[in-house]
Amino acid sequence: MSSTVLFTIAMLSALGLLAAVILYFVAQKFKVVEDPRIDTVNEALPGANCGGCGYTGCRAFAETLVKSESFEGLNCPVGGADTMAKIAVILDRQPVAVEPRVAVVRCNGSPDHAIRTSFYDGAVSCRVAHALYGGQTACQYGCLGCGDCVEACKFDAMYMDPVTQLPVIIDYKCVACGACVKACPRNIIELRKRNKKDRKIFVSCVNKDKGGPARKACQVACIGCGKCVKVCPYEAITMENNLAFIDSFKCKLCRKCVTECPTGAILEIGFPVKEAKPAEPADAAVN
Amino acid sequence: MLKTFPKGGIHPPENKLTAERPIVILPVPVQVTVPVSQHIGAPAVPVVEKGTPVKTGQIIAQAKGFVSANIHSPVSGKVNKIDTVVDTTGYKQTAVIIDVEGDEWLETIDRTDSLAKDVAMTREQIIERCQLCGLVGMGGATFPTHIKLTVPAGKKCDMLIINGVECEPYLTSDHRLMLEKGAEVLTGVSIIMKALGVDRAVIGIEANKPDAISNLTELAKDFKGITIQPLKVKYPQGGEKQLIKACTGREVPSGGLPLDVGVVVQNVGTSFAVYEAVQKNKPLIERVVTVTGKSVKNPGNFLVRIGTPVTALIEAAGGMPDDTGKVVNGGPMMGKALAMTDVPVTKGTSGIIMFPADASKRAEVLPCIRCGKCSSACAMGLEPWLISVLAQKGMYEKAEKERITDCMECGACAYTCPAKRPLLDYIRLGKATVIRMARERITK
Repeated sequence: MSSTVLFTIAMLSALGLLAAVILYFVAQKFKVVEDPRIDTVNEALPGANCGGCGYTGCRAFAETLVKSESFEGLNCPVGGADTMAKIAVILDRQPVAVEPRVAVVRCNGSPDHAIRTSFYDGAVSCRVAHALYGGQTACQYGCLGCGDCVEACKFDAMYMDPVTQLPVIIDYKCVACGACVKACPRNIIELRKRNKKDRKIFVSCVNKDKGGPARKACQVACIGCGKCVKVCPYEAITMENNLAFIDSFKCKLCRKCVTECPTGAILEIGFPVKEAKPAEPADAAVN
Repeated sequence: MLKTFPKGGIHPPENKLTAERPIVILPVPVQVTVPVSQHIGAPAVPVVEKGTPVKTGQIIAQAKGFVSANIHSPVSGKVNKIDTVVDTTGYKQTAVIIDVEGDEWLETIDRTDSLAKDVAMTREQIIERCQLCGLVGMGGATFPTHIKLTVPAGKKCDMLIINGVECEPYLTSDHRLMLEKGAEVLTGVSIIMKALGVDRAVIGIEANKPDAISNLTELAKDFKGITIQPLKVKYPQGGEKQLIKACTGREVPSGGLPLDVGVVVQNVGTSFAVYEAVQKNKPLIERVVTVTGKSVKNPGNFLVRIGTPVTALIEAAGGMPDDTGKVVNGGPMMGKALAMTDVPVTKGTSGIIMFPADASKRAEVLPCIRCGKCSSACAMGLEPWLISVLAQKGMYEKAEKERITDCMECGACAYTCPAKRPLLDYIRLGKATVIRMARERITK
């Protein structure tokens, strides 16, 4: 009886030892040498895996950071400057200052402004609607209102306004990862420089039609008159295909273009109104 | 036992309201809008300017490249302007807008009604004439005809199949053409046979058109090598691959073309257009359009000039009914809803259908329970529920492996889905994306 027990123990121990020896050599042979700093950097990153940095996830970005010579062109938009500074300490590099950005919806075609010419009841997806036809208004460039961008946002920073039928970006939640920019089939959302107090001046239109048709389709369309280009003292505004564009990095927020715009296509958001009231949402600011 | 294709298929209500209505020639409108892209391939380039006087049948836009088609003036008058207009898709594209003055045709066009049966032209001449006259497939896909008639080296064609199926509910334009212009259609078929160098042609017609079958069978006795094949009614029999399978039993391989099994398929309407182009030198400037709908006062089949506004067609059919909820361009299965009715008729417009509001709204979408109805309805043997989800989730590589590009967008899956899922919407999106990805791979 006892000899059976002893024999079993001895046998299993011998087997275990043999397996351990084999495993040791196998582990030596197929050893993967990984920089331990990758783990540290990965932990310092927010772990959102949003892809805003341009890499497939935080881990892939951490690997790239460790391998990189400098931080030029590498930035985690979610963590921002703080995270990048932390990682710079870990890796003993110089942090590169990156202007924080924020996503901006460049369409103001609410039912008040753009008359609905048809009714879409197909699959609730902007990509499908865009591939199918011009849209519910006479503007073939504007927002389709199915909310692909809202679905793409991983930070709960967007919602569809039921009244305007346009997406709204919650500035303080937006990390400028660019997921909504990619999700929009009409290229309406743009990442712009984040100014103090989230102040914004931008052309809220992407209509490339000539003035007449553009205005007919939407009251607040950019008609390409060029008045804003002339009035801008900083050469921040360019005109291409009947559409004005304000470079957010050149713009000094002087607001001269806002008063000049005949259709109200240029929006100012976050500025105090004359009576020192808090700024109204986008639509009210126009009227 | 009537022939049909074996896999899948559905039986939507036929609603051929206009089958008994003879083709009515619609008066020339005051102004026509002729888009320069009415075909698959590169848009044609306008060769007229503002103020240029044009005659009916005169070329106004030249084909750009091989896969393209000439555009001719459907009316006589003066070019008002060349501008971007909203076409049937709701997007803007270039069009030539012509103010109509009288109806003066080019002298080279034979406008007599007499039947010219003898084909004097050689093969090359026929193909060249089709190209010059801007012929495209009239079934709806609008693929330039001259390309289809040119059999590439190394491929062999031994048979022509003519599509007289008209499996889409409501539409009757091909049906009327077979009844009223039977001899012309058959002459057109023999011209196409000559162009392809084949001695056999089969005209597939569904059994719900017995008058067309008997009419063509009677007339075909005078034509060599043309047989009429009655087919069992089943949608989508008008699909090229389904029709080939039904008529010959041959199966086009996945991703292949009908030529891979030695067949070319042409539509009845195209055959008629070929007849007119070759025998009468008349370019493609008019077509038969079915204007119909259950509440429409005077539904009918109208012969209209290309570029006529759809509103004029609706007027001719007794105006838009008050209860209209949706106006569809094409058949109810594959057609697309119009965003506005102020769009021109193009070479591919086969029908205008006005649906009452209660029939046009989509039902609430429910979750997929994998009942498999869509899979059994799919005539291509695909799994629509799977590929639509893959497309929705952006898993395009997987969708490609599930042969999403084999889908012909017939809509049988979405029609049969008890959960009313928008299967075809996502499949269309996925298909377009996969085709684009494949093209990018080739260019890389």
